[in-house]
Amino acid sequence: METLLQNIINALQWGSFYALIALGYSLVYGVLLLINFAHGDVFMVGAYISFFVATWFLGSSQALVLTTGNLYTLVAVAASIMTIAADAILERLNERQSRQARGLKCLLVFAVAFAAFRYLLGEGSTGLGLSPALTFALTIPLTMIMTAAVGVTLERVAYKPLRRKGANRLYVVITALMCGLILEHGNLALFGAARKKFPDLLEKTVYTVGTVSVTNLKFMVIFAALAVFVLLQFVVTRTKMGMAMRASSWDKYAIPLMGIPLDTVIIFTFVLGSGMAGLAGMLFAISYPVLDAYMGALVGWKAFIAAVVGGIGDIRGAFVGGFILGFIEIGVAAFLPSSYRDLFAFSILLIIMAIKPTGLFGTARTTKI
Amino acid sequence: MKRLLGFSSLVFVLVLCAFLAPAQAKDDVIKIGFNLEITGDIPKVGEASKFAAEMLKEDINSKGGLEVGGKKYKVEFVYEDNEAKAESAVNAALKLIEQDKVVAIVGPNSSKQAVPAGGTCNDNETPMVSPWSTNPNTTKDRPWVFRAAFLDPFQAPVAANFAAKKFGAKKTAVIYDVSNDYSKGLAEDFKAYWEKKQGAGTVVAYESHGTKDQDFSAQLTKIVAAKPDFIFIPDNYNQVALIAKQAHDLGWKGPFMGSDAWGSAELMPLCGKDCVGQYFSTHYAAAGATGATKEFIDRYIKKYGYEPDDVAALTWDSVRLVLQAVKEAGKVSDKPKEERKLIRDALAKIPEFDGITGKMKFVGNGDPSKCAVIVQISEDGKFVFNESVCPE
Repeated sequence: METLLQNIINALQWGSFYALIALGYSLVYGVLLLINFAHGDVFMVGAYISFFVATWFLGSSQALVLTTGNLYTLVAVAASIMTIAADAILERLNERQSRQARGLKCLLVFAVAFAAFRYLLGEGSTGLGLSPALTFALTIPLTMIMTAAVGVTLERVAYKPLRRKGANRLYVVITALMCGLILEHGNLALFGAARKKFPDLLEKTVYTVGTVSVTNLKFMVIFAALAVFVLLQFVVTRTKMGMAMRASSWDKYAIPLMGIPLDTVIIFTFVLGSGMAGLAGMLFAISYPVLDAYMGALVGWKAFIAAVVGGIGDIRGAFVGGFILGFIEIGVAAFLPSSYRDLFAFSILLIIMAIKPTGLFGTARTTKI
Repeated sequence: MKRLLGFSSLVFVLVLCAFLAPAQAKDDVIKIGFNLEITGDIPKVGEASKFAAEMLKEDINSKGGLEVGGKKYKVEFVYEDNEAKAESAVNAALKLIEQDKVVAIVGPNSSKQAVPAGGTCNDNETPMVSPWSTNPNTTKDRPWVFRAAFLDPFQAPVAANFAAKKFGAKKTAVIYDVSNDYSKGLAEDFKAYWEKKQGAGTVVAYESHGTKDQDFSAQLTKIVAAKPDFIFIPDNYNQVALIAKQAHDLGWKGPFMGSDAWGSAELMPLCGKDCVGQYFSTHYAAAGATGATKEFIDRYIKKYGYEPDDVAALTWDSVRLVLQAVKEAGKVSDKPKEERKLIRDALAKIPEFDGITGKMKFVGNGDPSKCAVIVQISEDGKFVFNESVCPE
């Protein structure tokens, strides 16, 4: 009985990660009908960003050892990402700016970002030496913002040009797969294959009741997943932007005719999805503090499957799917031989799909010709 | 479009040239290949191997080369990355054999790669020495394959006897990686030995996981609920870090017992205080070493800035073993095929080798008989010698 209770808590924590990542797949699919296969790697990038931000705030020496070449590549890439994301957002806010003004703004943002990153990541930088709790509080929003910038940049650089040219959705999906691989191997090239250890930010407390043990971290992860669910459900169902998102998923050709800026909706979607992936990456890094370049790939695929099982395109579906996958995986490992975990987990999901091919919350769509 | 076409065909031709360029056989060079885990799951292992090899190469070449039969030969090392994957290890071995025409291969280190790569080398009649692989299958029925490490059937009783004595343990639990030859083989050996010694049913939990898994909470919940006296974790260091932390999260307060895959310089940066005080069996203990071993450690620290782990030391021994064979063959053939045969025959004839990881006695099947040490992880992350266990 107590083992069961312990496993329910385990499953809630593990499922929370799937849920948070599945959400990003679902949001983007809902609006663009695009399966953003790079999302698992955006989650990985989120974990790495949180690692750099946290070590810098903490001022711990183990941050990173980079060769000069790699340092400047990293700084240039980071500054470019910030510039492209800033440009994409500024363009949405004011569509009538002249070319010169826009170019100037970009140049300015790039210069500032370059100088800032150079200062932050360079050799002389020792960090701030803040307390772990304060670091934690500051790392969350910064990680979310920067990961959102990565997501927006991906959209801008990889998906938008294809969309403009009216490319078939299949090509965009393939592009997304490539972006994921680029993120993984770019990470490998810059930071090497050695793993990173995420610093301990929160004083870990193990609460033991009988034989059931819970850490404050597990509570936090589960709470964060639920809070994100409530927030997103609110955004999508109760706000104007949410209505625009739902409308775009309904008919993206009629939407611009109604005076709704589709590009703004898309960027907003990527900001939301990638921001949540950043949050998930950071929480994951705190819970499983060994980071490597491939950490997002498998979790990402599984979360995608979770999103499909829940009914891709639906936020409730992503959450329920994520938790179902978490419960099945933990349950199989707990009550059957653990070697068969994935075999059983995915067989069960297959049965669910066979019974309800659109996923638990999905509705069948008819394609108009 | 035309320009693009011209450019891409130029690139194509260049790439083709690079591939087809004949591997130039310089007659006064001995070319040895390395099949290493440079990227992938255990990059620190590949790095340590490469660093140790580079150090040895500089030693030899700065003295003008290796003297065989009155003539000096420079050594050339070719490093190939096997991404810590079984299939890539086979490809890397084939590339070294067919394209680079190396006369012997050192590596792969981990049994997961060494078992399949050993088959490839044996089939292609190229001598291979694995520094770190402990799974019996690596050299089994393969006259061309050798190793510098002890075997799991020896390591498992060492770990079991030590834990039984140290922790006064009667019951144990095991968690291992089911997709890793090394981990699975060692877990099986350990379980069989423990049950033989302590009676059936004394392995109270026997759990597995996959290589890419990050969450072990379900398996560990089972283990903790079964109340063993200690947990045996024959796993790679990166997974050890996660398993130890999660076990503590689930309220585990007892000891862990580890195996030689723990002994990486990267274990403590990843695992931190969750691993302090734990014991594992390994090939050598850096703290408190003497003689040639100490000299190697000091030079390595000076050159690369951290203490060499057992892979570095074993690679050092493996390469020296190969070079000794080259020397003892007495002559160098400029045909790779003949030279490979010369090296293999010489390797098979070496009865005893005095390495920095201890004395190795070869009994004719490519496996050395050598001692194991048990180390404890100290407060400051050092692996401190606890006891030495030699084969009877």
